[in-house]
Amino acid sequence: MSFRISRRLAVPLSTVAVASLALTACGGGTTKSTTANEATNAPSSTGSAAADPNAPLKEGLKIAYLPKQLNNPYTDVSVGGGKVAVGEIKGEYKLVGPNDASASSQVSYINTLIQQQQDVIVVAANDPNAVCPSLNQARKAGIKVVSFDSDASKNCRDAFINQATTQGIGESLVKMASELAGGTGEIAVLSATPNATNQNAWIEVMKTELKKPENAKLKLVKVAYGNDDDQKSFTEAQGLLQSFPNLKVIVSPTTVGIAAASRYVSASSYKGKVAITGLGLPNQMRQYVKDGTVKKFALWNPADIGYLAAYAGAALKSGQITGAEGEKFKAGKLGDYTVGASGEIVLGPPTEFTAANIDKFDF
Amino acid sequence: MSADTSIASSAGSGAASGPGTSPNGGGVPRGGGAGGIAGRFANWNVAIIAVTLVVMVVASATVDNFGTSQNFGFLVLDLLPIALVALPMTLVIVTGEIDLSVASTLGLSSAVMGSLWNSNQPIETIIPVCLLLGAVLGAINGFFITVLGLPSLAVTIGTLALYRGLAFVVLGDGAVADFPAVYTDWVTGNLAGTSIPNVLLVIVALAVVFGIVLHATPVGRAVFAVGASEQAARFAGVRPGRLKFWLYVVSGAVAGLAGVLWTLRYSSARADNGAGLELAVVAAVLLGGVSIFGGKGALPGVLAGVLLLASLQNALRLSDVSNEALNVVTGVLLIVSVLAPNLANAVRGSVQRRRHRTTTNPL
Repeated sequence: MSFRISRRLAVPLSTVAVASLALTACGGGTTKSTTANEATNAPSSTGSAAADPNAPLKEGLKIAYLPKQLNNPYTDVSVGGGKVAVGEIKGEYKLVGPNDASASSQVSYINTLIQQQQDVIVVAANDPNAVCPSLNQARKAGIKVVSFDSDASKNCRDAFINQATTQGIGESLVKMASELAGGTGEIAVLSATPNATNQNAWIEVMKTELKKPENAKLKLVKVAYGNDDDQKSFTEAQGLLQSFPNLKVIVSPTTVGIAAASRYVSASSYKGKVAITGLGLPNQMRQYVKDGTVKKFALWNPADIGYLAAYAGAALKSGQITGAEGEKFKAGKLGDYTVGASGEIVLGPPTEFTAANIDKFDF
Repeated sequence: MSADTSIASSAGSGAASGPGTSPNGGGVPRGGGAGGIAGRFANWNVAIIAVTLVVMVVASATVDNFGTSQNFGFLVLDLLPIALVALPMTLVIVTGEIDLSVASTLGLSSAVMGSLWNSNQPIETIIPVCLLLGAVLGAINGFFITVLGLPSLAVTIGTLALYRGLAFVVLGDGAVADFPAVYTDWVTGNLAGTSIPNVLLVIVALAVVFGIVLHATPVGRAVFAVGASEQAARFAGVRPGRLKFWLYVVSGAVAGLAGVLWTLRYSSARADNGAGLELAVVAAVLLGGVSIFGGKGALPGVLAGVLLLASLQNALRLSDVSNEALNVVTGVLLIVSVLAPNLANAVRGSVQRRRHRTTTNPL
């Protein structure tokens, strides 16, 4: 009986099996960083010698990028910046990575890079801990590890390129909201999910900023959640405008939310009366900036993150820095950087996009 | 049309060989001459082992860093979960059934492991609990399939979703990371003073047990008998339902073990661990010469299939072949593996028909 069933299903089944490796994307989903491990070793503990800020930058360094996943527009831009920087320092650029963003798929790639004796691995970790044993094996083999965009656990990388500090993003959101509201009036936040770690951290900073005397006339009336779903964000934006007729600004610190809110406002009678701002992708926001719905919004420049990571990796491998706090190095066109606490290197304040500069960005 | 006849002939020859014959016997016709040559061609089990050896030798000679002991360690770690889960899967598929819930069982085992560790249970308790959990999940599959008589494909597709869902209920989308270093180091480490990975012991031990059970015990003969013809097996005194039930229990328990080892390998308990693995396992088993129609297969071939897939992926990655090309290569390989035995059968069938014609109609 069941034998006959399995025979009848045999053909679709074998097809499924054949498709298996082509469809490993089932894992899906991005990683919310939950860094459970506290740094036990200082990042510089495996550094061989003291930093020599005057050491020449080595040429011909093999620098490999391992982003969260390939074929993702954001990834393409950030590693693109890396490629430019590696060219500037006359290194060998390599890009590898999984097609899915699952936690453990990056490990095989790290192992491959160890075998290929790369000089620097620049990684955006899908899981801060799953990559750790391999990264530490890489470091034992003399490879410098720079995490960017999404940090690996502190004790398994030499430096972390942070796009911006939580404080910096929160401050920047309030500053833009205040400018757009003319310093007074009601504002609302349209966030992603209620438990998104980064979003909540930014909103906390915003609340602290709003308590300052210079922001006393701004009133945060509601934090709504669009779950990073386009439809839900659209509906939530609509709801905010109906519930708070005097609302002046919607601040959406998520690329999905800000685009959905802008789409709603641009086609409604609120256009020109209610301002939208937050964190968004220039390519998604261009039309709303051009049609006047959005005056300004912000985001770090992903290309600069990849660019800075290459210089940091080269500086580490050349012995200019070891990843200890206070060390300084030069990062080409971006200028001078100082290593912060636990190997963190902050790119800088988010870039503000307006009608004047948005056409310079393509991501 | 021709596919149908070859399916019928392969099932027929399997049924004819029945219990008590050699496991490869199903595909190997008695008698010499042209039939013997075709028969040897049809013996996929030998062919796949030969192909695997050739690939490994060629890769060692041509791909930089493939033949190193460190890379061997990486290779074994990469194939660990597939190899383990493929062992019971071979038995299940030989009986003409399938278990697609294994990867979700792995994920749920990992999630429970993380959750128990979070609640400060000792790891020595957690590991047996996870194995037991796997067995229970397998028993649930077994109950639906053997007691209620539902098709295994439908049941295990259902539990594939159900167990994965439960994993997310247990652990959400967070990760638990701080497992004791003694255990995580053991899983990623080598036998003292050698470059033999510790986990190879686990694979070899289980492979020997499953190999003996399948190929040298009455249980193994019953497995082949049920796969060849459930009714004939029943007449011969086998209780197919009970046999299958226990196979599912074992399959679940091994998937639970794979979950534990996966978690320790990556130091990361996550609900999405192992997502999509079931298809890689089924693919490796089919590549190893096990007939999806049941009744035919051998464990050495399956292990060679696992090793072949892993080596190819490793070697291609070391040669900087892109992910997409890698998927195409594996896909083609799997189609060939499903087609080749049927083609061989067709060739043999036509040879025998011609011989039959010439002997009965001598002109």
